[in-house]
Parts: sequence; structure tokens; C-alpha cells
Amino acid sequence: MSELDLLYTEVEEDLRGSVRSLLTDRCPPDAVAAMYDGDRSVVDTLWRAVAGELGLAGLLVPEAQGGSGASAREAAVVLEELGRFVAPVPFLTSSVIATTVLLDSDSELLRQLASGERTAALAVPFSTAPDTVVPVVRADGGRLHGEVGKVAGAIEADVLLVPVVSDDGWTVYATSEATVTPVTSLDMSRQVADVRFDGVAAEPVVTDALQAVRRALRAGAALLASEQYGVASWCLHTTVEYLRQRRQFGRIVGSFQALKHRLADLYAGTESAAAAARYAAAALAADDPDLPVAAAVAQSYCGDLAVRAAEEALQLHGGIGMTWEHPVHLYLKRAKADQIGLGTPGRHRAALAELVDLPA
Amino acid sequence: MSGTDAVEDVRRRVAELLAAHDPATTDRLEFLRARYDAGLAWVHFPPGHGGLGYPRELQEVVDAELAAAGAPDNDPQGNFIGLGMAAPTILAYGTEEQKKRYLRPLWTGEEIWCQLFSEPGAGSDLAGLATRAVREGDDWIVNGQKVWTSSAHRADFGILVARTDPDQPKHRGLTYFLCDMHDPGVEVRALRQITGEAEFNEVFLTDVRIPDSQRLGEVGEGWRVATTTLNTERVAIGGTPTPREGGMIGVVAQTWRDNPERRRPELHDELLQLWVESEVARLTGMRLRQKLAAGQAGPEGATTKLTFARLNQALSGLELELLEDEGLCYDDWSFVRPERVNFTGREAGYRYLRSKGNSIEGGTSEILRNIVAERVLGLPAEPRTDKDIPWKELPR
Repeated sequence: MSELDLLYTEVEEDLRGSVRSLLTDRCPPDAVAAMYDGDRSVVDTLWRAVAGELGLAGLLVPEAQGGSGASAREAAVVLEELGRFVAPVPFLTSSVIATTVLLDSDSELLRQLASGERTAALAVPFSTAPDTVVPVVRADGGRLHGEVGKVAGAIEADVLLVPVVSDDGWTVYATSEATVTPVTSLDMSRQVADVRFDGVAAEPVVTDALQAVRRALRAGAALLASEQYGVASWCLHTTVEYLRQRRQFGRIVGSFQALKHRLADLYAGTESAAAAARYAAAALAADDPDLPVAAAVAQSYCGDLAVRAAEEALQLHGGIGMTWEHPVHLYLKRAKADQIGLGTPGRHRAALAELVDLPA
Repeated sequence: MSGTDAVEDVRRRVAELLAAHDPATTDRLEFLRARYDAGLAWVHFPPGHGGLGYPRELQEVVDAELAAAGAPDNDPQGNFIGLGMAAPTILAYGTEEQKKRYLRPLWTGEEIWCQLFSEPGAGSDLAGLATRAVREGDDWIVNGQKVWTSSAHRADFGILVARTDPDQPKHRGLTYFLCDMHDPGVEVRALRQITGEAEFNEVFLTDVRIPDSQRLGEVGEGWRVATTTLNTERVAIGGTPTPREGGMIGVVAQTWRDNPERRRPELHDELLQLWVESEVARLTGMRLRQKLAAGQAGPEGATTKLTFARLNQALSGLELELLEDEGLCYDDWSFVRPERVNFTGREAGYRYLRSKGNSIEGGTSEILRNIVAERVLGLPAEPRTDKDIPWKELPR
């Protein structure tokens, strides 16, 4: 078996360049901060640009179904950049997770998601780990009943994909008629919502859907690691830049060993996160049998590392890091929510215990 | 010459060597000398000094073909300081005569080398070292004490850095020598470690006489020469691919699997965390190797040893706790002289104690963090109080 490639191709670097340049223009930190005060106006225009202008909504969809037939490696690069900007777009929830649910369905909905014409979300709690998903919604003659709490991407979605278990096994239904109640969230740049289905009309889109749902959540977990690496990378570099300017006691603060050593350790951790995230993306792209281990390792490591990076960034910025004005809080909130998202590091380690034969 | 031509040339030379010196009937030393003279010792060295001026990777071709033919090797582990540190430095700074005199017996293992750098008063601050070399006619008279010297008790020569001008600031008054370890003024004493064994020595130098012809580089240039040696040390560490669960994590994971009755929940999550970190360290090494191969060599490698030391220490500590009452035992305190570190051939208590040295030897973790912060992240150095002051005036 040949080794998975952990570097970036030229095409991937070009893609990174165009995403970064768009986000630099259209995703300023104050627009993201405004979301915490109820102004979500940045979301629609930014998502139209990312999905439409750059055509990224269909990255994982084959060309025959209206996508660009790229792979998880490219999607990972996009997520690194979205993480660097804490960009409030539903790429992970719609273009990765919901899209992967539908990948084998050859449905019209998949084409619509690929073109960016519609946006979807899988109606499970954002904290769901790939192997622990339990459907709670019932289907009754094409009508859905039930509630799902803390769903990511539901506010931005035109259509929800709802896993249902019946005597026929797992089915995923699509509906546009759910009641979506936004929740005041720790991370308002990926605001979660409570979703209620009061006997709304729905259409089955994937049957025998257990594997499709798990695969989608695993793809989400594997690629969330790249977003977490992007968050950590921004925190590290912003903090280094600040400590190279800031003076106290007549010295550049970054010359104090107590701070340098913390940054050196954080650098080592961030480089490690890059390797773990890249390996998970490459394993997903290659459909490698090691994917379950790769995704669990990446989530366990990158989830904690991004939080550490954001917490260190805040502390090492001193007072300014505690202000609303400085963007570091946006990254702390994203990092902490991401750590819980798609399974906490502890849940992924519990999954690893099975996968690598280290039973409790 | 193109890459393919070089491969063919190397293969042809190997075939000629084997035809002229059948390994089955040729004396080992005679074979090794012939191999050196054929330029097949280290192909990236220049012709005339055991090489052919080819890319280093071609050495793998040579080694594989010779091993397949049953040829003897030069026991590289037995002379790792000589091969890894002394040879590249002699090649870089030696005169033609010095290269001719020292490189061949070094490579064949006829002459074993050690490194006389660290001192009791100069560890991380190597440039502050106090061993003095005073010129006397065509010789230098050396007095001082060195420490942490592997192989000194077996060595024929040592690469030595000594102070030749105490009136200069510390980096400028040093000179590099090739010291004959059989000189009557050289006394080697085993240095017992916390494990009970002695991998290293202390070396006492009393009126040791070194001819000026055994000076490497110019007088006062010793720091620059020593830097070459130390850089080759860093290149040598941490470049090989490891399989999943290679190293310390494999040992501890196996202990976990073999002892279901000892498993406890609080140790389980700790083990899994360290398993994840070990796997991520492995992937980080893999990414680094891919970068090197693609010519994107960056300074990231400086962190490899930091992580390695931390994980070895955490895992070996966990292993003792996991073993519980067995962890109260120790395999052997006897004062032996091992040739190399043997993490897997000894028991858990040894691993716990020996791994404490991983964050000290070859650059402490504290110094490595400074290097990462300054050279990778571009943070300013701490203000230095000793840089421009004559060495003899520094507080000590």
C-alpha cells in the first residue's frame, strides 16, 4: 500500500489562493462579530460568493451530477481557509455532510446542492459522533413527527435531511417545512437551531440509509479537523505577530522565554494538527480502509489543539484579547463549539479504543 | 552524468569490487578497505575519500547490493560518533593530509571516535567551555574536563573543542582539534547514570599534547567547525519512517492488551490520549519526510525531538502505574557499560528512568524551544549579557 500524500498539490494551493482572497475581501471580522448582535447579513452574500462564484458547493459531487468532481483533499483546503476566517457559511453542513448523505442517490436535490441553488443540513445534533447517531424523528405516511435539538446549518438550509428508523430500516427524508428555532449559541458564526417536525410533509430520498448517514458524519468529522487546523493556524500566527510588536518593560514581549516556549509548543502542536488533518482528508479522498482510525485520531487531536491555540492566543494577547473589538474571541468560540461538534475528543477516543484494540 | 548513469556506474563498481574480493574468502578488514578505495563507502563523499561525489541516496543501492552478496559491513553503530559527526566535519574542514590520514580507518572501524564537547560547566552554553589549549612550539598543551562522552573508553580519537584565546568573547576564542585518546594525559572514567549503567564517560585531560597538524580549521574558528558537527547531529536524528505503534507506545499498548486484570478507567483515557499523540507524531514525521523529498525542507523538524522526549517520558511513566505492583520492581541495577540505548530490551523501570534523558541529551527541550521560537517563528532572542565580553571576564 502506498503512503498517503500529506502535502498540497499546485491545484490545491491555487484553490486556497482564490478562497483566501475572496474571504479577505468579504469576510471581515467585524461582520462575523456583528452576528452575535443579530446582524446575519454577511451570511447570504458570502455563501452566494463561495457556493456560486467560486463554485465550491459542488466540490464533492461528481461532474455527471453537476458537481466539479474534486475530492475531500480540496474540500479540506477550503475548510482550512474557512477556519482561518471563522467564515459563517454552511459549507461543512451542506456541501460536505448533507451532500455526502445524498452522494449515491442521484437525486435532483443533489444537483441543486452542487449548484448552490439549494442548501441542506442533516437534522441531527451537531454534537453527534459518526457511530453514535440515533434517529429520533418518526415518519407516518409521508409525514414527520419529532424534535431534534442543536442542529448546525439548519438556519441556512432550504431543506433538511432527516434520518428515520422504521421496520424497513433507515430512511432519510427531505423536507422544507420544519419549524427551525435559532438558539442563542456559543458560536454564533455557526449558530445551532432546534428543529421541530409537526407532521410536516417529507419525501424519502435515501433508503437503507444507515451507511450513508454514518459515512456523511465521518466525512464531516474527518474534514472538520482541517477547519480546526485553520483556526489554530490563525491563532498561532496572529499571536506571534502581536508578540513581535508589543513592548513592555522596554522589551519586545516575544523575547521573553516564558512566552516563547509556549509559542514553540503551540507551533509543534499546530504542525501536528496539520499532519493529522491532512491524513484524515487524504484517507477520505482515497476511501482508504484506515479512514475510521484517521478520522477519530484527527478529531481527537485537532479538536483539543484548536481550543488550546485559541485559549493561548487570548491569554498571550493580554487585555486586548479579552475585548469584543479584537477578533480572537470569535476563534475561541468557534474552537470550543468545534471541539464538541461531530463528537467530542473523548467520544472519538472511545471509538478508537475499539478500532485499535485497546479495550477498557 | 544523469541519475540513471550514476546508478549503473555504482552497480558496475559494486560488481567489480565483488569480483576482485569475494566476501566469502576475503578478510573482513581487507574487504572494507577495498570497498573504501572503490568509492563505495559513502558515495556522496568525493573521489579519493571513499566516495564518488554522487547523491547520498545512491548509498542505499550500494548497501543493498553488498548486503545481498553477503559482504561484511563496517558496524556503523560501533562508531556512530565517528561516522555521523567526525567524518563530515573532517571532510568540510580538514586538509588533504588530514582527510587521507583519518577518513579511511574511521570508516572501516579500525579507529573509533568520540566527541569531547560538553563540560561540567558548559552544557547548553557550549561556547562557554573552559578546557584550555596553549600553544607550545608545534604542539598544543590541553587541560580540562569533558563529560557525556559516549565510546570514550573504546575510542582512538576524539573531536575536541578547546579555548585557545580567553581574551576573546566566548564564541571567538575556540579551536577544534583531533585528540589522540591514547595520550598518557587522557583519563577516561565511566559516568554512572540513574539507571545504574554507564553509557557515557567523563574524560580528564591533563597536559595532553596535540600536534598542530591535528588542528581542524583555523585557530579561533572552533565554534564554526563545531556548528558543522552539531548540525550533522540534528540531520541524523529522527528521519526514518516508523510504523503505527512503533516505539514506546507499542510497548505500553501491548502491556495493556496482555494484562486485562490491570486495566483501570483513568489510565484508559490517558493511554488513548497518548496513543493519539503518538500516532499524530508519526504522521507529522511522515509529512516532514514527504516535504524533504519534495524539496520543501523547512525548519519544522526542530519540533520532532521535543515531541519524542515528551511522549517517551509520559508513556514510560504510565507503564509503571499500569503495572502497579510489578512497577515496584527494577530489572537490574548493575554497573554495566552498554554500547547503545536499549529501550525494548530492558524493563519498564529502566524505560522510565532512561527516557528522562531524552529531554536533555542532544539539546535540551528548553534550548530546542528557543530555537523553534527564534528561527521558525522569528521571535527576538533574549537580551544577551555575554556576547561581546572577553570570556575570561564572564562571571562563572
